[in-house]
Amino acid sequence: MTMKVLVPVKRVVDYNVKVRVAADGSGVETQGVKMSMNPFDEIAVEEAVRLREKGAAKEVVVVTVGAQAAQDVLRTAMAMGADRAILVRTDDTLEPRAVANVLKAIATREEAGLICMGKQAIDDDMNATGQILAAKLGWPQGTFASAVTVADGRIEVAREIDGGTEVVSLTLPAVVTADLRLNEPRYASLPNIMKARKKPLETVEIDSLGVDTASRLTVVSVAEPLERKEGVKVNSAAELVEKLKTEAKVI
Amino acid sequence: MTALVLVEVENGAVRQASRSAVAAASRFGAVDAIVFGDGAQAAAALPGVTRVLSVPGLVNDLAEPAADLLAARAKDYSHIVAAASATGKNILPRLAGLLDVQPIPDVVEIKDADTFVRPIYAGNALATVRSADSIKVLTVRGSNFEPVAAEGGSAAIETIEAPASEKSVFVKVELSASDRPELESARVVISGGKGMKDAANFKLLEPIADKLNAAIGASRAAVDSGFAPNEMQVGQTGKIVAPELYIAVGLSGAIQHLAGMKDSRVIVAINADPEAPIFKVADYGIVGDLFEVLPELEKAL
Repeated sequence: MTMKVLVPVKRVVDYNVKVRVAADGSGVETQGVKMSMNPFDEIAVEEAVRLREKGAAKEVVVVTVGAQAAQDVLRTAMAMGADRAILVRTDDTLEPRAVANVLKAIATREEAGLICMGKQAIDDDMNATGQILAAKLGWPQGTFASAVTVADGRIEVAREIDGGTEVVSLTLPAVVTADLRLNEPRYASLPNIMKARKKPLETVEIDSLGVDTASRLTVVSVAEPLERKEGVKVNSAAELVEKLKTEAKVI
Repeated sequence: MTALVLVEVENGAVRQASRSAVAAASRFGAVDAIVFGDGAQAAAALPGVTRVLSVPGLVNDLAEPAADLLAARAKDYSHIVAAASATGKNILPRLAGLLDVQPIPDVVEIKDADTFVRPIYAGNALATVRSADSIKVLTVRGSNFEPVAAEGGSAAIETIEAPASEKSVFVKVELSASDRPELESARVVISGGKGMKDAANFKLLEPIADKLNAAIGASRAAVDSGFAPNEMQVGQTGKIVAPELYIAVGLSGAIQHLAGMKDSRVIVAINADPEAPIFKVADYGIVGDLFEVLPELEKAL
C-alpha cells in the first residue's frame, strides 16, 4: 500500500480549562491558558498511525495551520507515531472555510490518499472543516466515524448518527472525520517524544500557498452565557417528587 | 427573501428539530422545504412552508448527492437551514464548501438576516457573528426555537430527480430500537453517568423513565466506559437537550456534559459527592447513594 494519510490537527485551549470571556467581549482569554491538541484530532492521529501499522498506509503526515507555538501539537502527533509534520504559519485566526482552502493546497501538493481529521475543534465547535474540505476537493466524506476499514481502493466508514450507526463505503481519496469511539489514542512515551524531536517539521508561510484565507464572519461580540442559580438540596426522593409537583410544577 | 429548509422525516413524521428549523427559517421570509426520501407529504403539511422539493430517489441522506442537489438550487435562496442534527451537520457544511461560503453551525438565536448567536467553547461563551456571505448556510439548535405545528399547511410538492452517487455508497444502518421518546424532543430526560458503575445498572433508570415518559441519556464518561451506546450521549459532542425536566444521576457535571443540558427548565441532580459540579446548575439536589435513591424515587412517583 502506498497511501499517504494527511492528518490536520489544531492547537486549542485544553479541554479541562474552563474558559473566561475577555472583559472587552472580543473573545475568550487565551493568555497563560494551557493549550493542547484538539482531542478529536488525537483520535485522528491514532487512527492514521494504526492504518500505517496495519500496512494500509505508507506514511502519516500531520499538518496544522497556526502560529509558531502550534509546533508543539505537531511534535505531540509525531511522538504518537506520525512520520513528519507541516506547519502552515499564520498569526491570524482562520475560519473553517479558509483552513479548508489551505488544507486543499497541502493535500494536493502531498498527493494525499486519505485525510483523517477530528470531527470538530473544541474551541469554535464548528464541526465543518472536514466537510468543506471534502467538497472543495470533490472527495467523498465519512463524518463522525466510529470505525474505518480500508480495502480494495475503498474505505468503509461506520458513522455515528442520531439513532444509531450507519455504514458507508467511499472511493479513495476521501475525507474521514473522527468521532469519540473511533479509538483510544495512545500516550506518547518518553523515548518516542525524544524521537519525535528528530522527525522532519517543515514550515510553510501561508502567503506562499496563494489561497483565499479571508474571513466571512465578523465576530460582533462574545458574551458569558446566563449562569444558572444553584438550587436547593432535598433530603429524600419523596421530598423531591413533592417539590417537582408543587413548586416546579414539572410533573 | 426565501429560505430553504432541509426537513428530516422519520416514520412518516417530521422530526421536531426540523419543525424548529422551519420556525427559525420563517424569520427570514418565505420558506421552502426539501425532503430526501419519502415524506414530502408530511413536510407539505407544516404551517409556513410554501413549496416542498421532494427527492424520493435520495433515500439514505448521503451527503455527496444531497449537497450537490442543494448547491444546484441554492441561487434561489437567501438562507439554507437545517436542524443541527447528525444529518444537518453532515450535509450543510459540505454544501457550504461547494458554495464557498462559511457555514454558521448551532445557531441558538437569530438577531437579523445576517447576524446569529452561537455557542463556542462547549457553551461557555456565546459568540454573535455577522455573515458577509450572500447565501447563508446555517444549522439551528432545535431546543432554542419553538417548533411549528405538524399540521395546518398545504404546500405544493415538486418532485426532483436524485443525482447519482458513485463515490459514496450506503451499506447499512443499525438503529437502536426504542419505544421511548427521542432525546432531543422528550419532555423529561433522565441521564446516567459514571456513577452508574456498569451497563447493567443503567436498567435502574428504566422504571423511572417509564413513569415519566422520559428519554434516557448518558454522560460521555458513561459512554466511554461502555455503559451506554453513543447515541445516548448528551453533551458538547453528543446531543443537545433542553427538556422541561432533566434528571442527572451519578454524573459529576463535566463542562462538556453541561454544554448539552444546562438549558433544561428544571434540573435535578442525584450524586454521592456533595461537591460535584452538577449541583451548581441543579434546581434540586439529592446527596446520596444513587442505588438507594433510585428505588425510592421510583416508589415516590
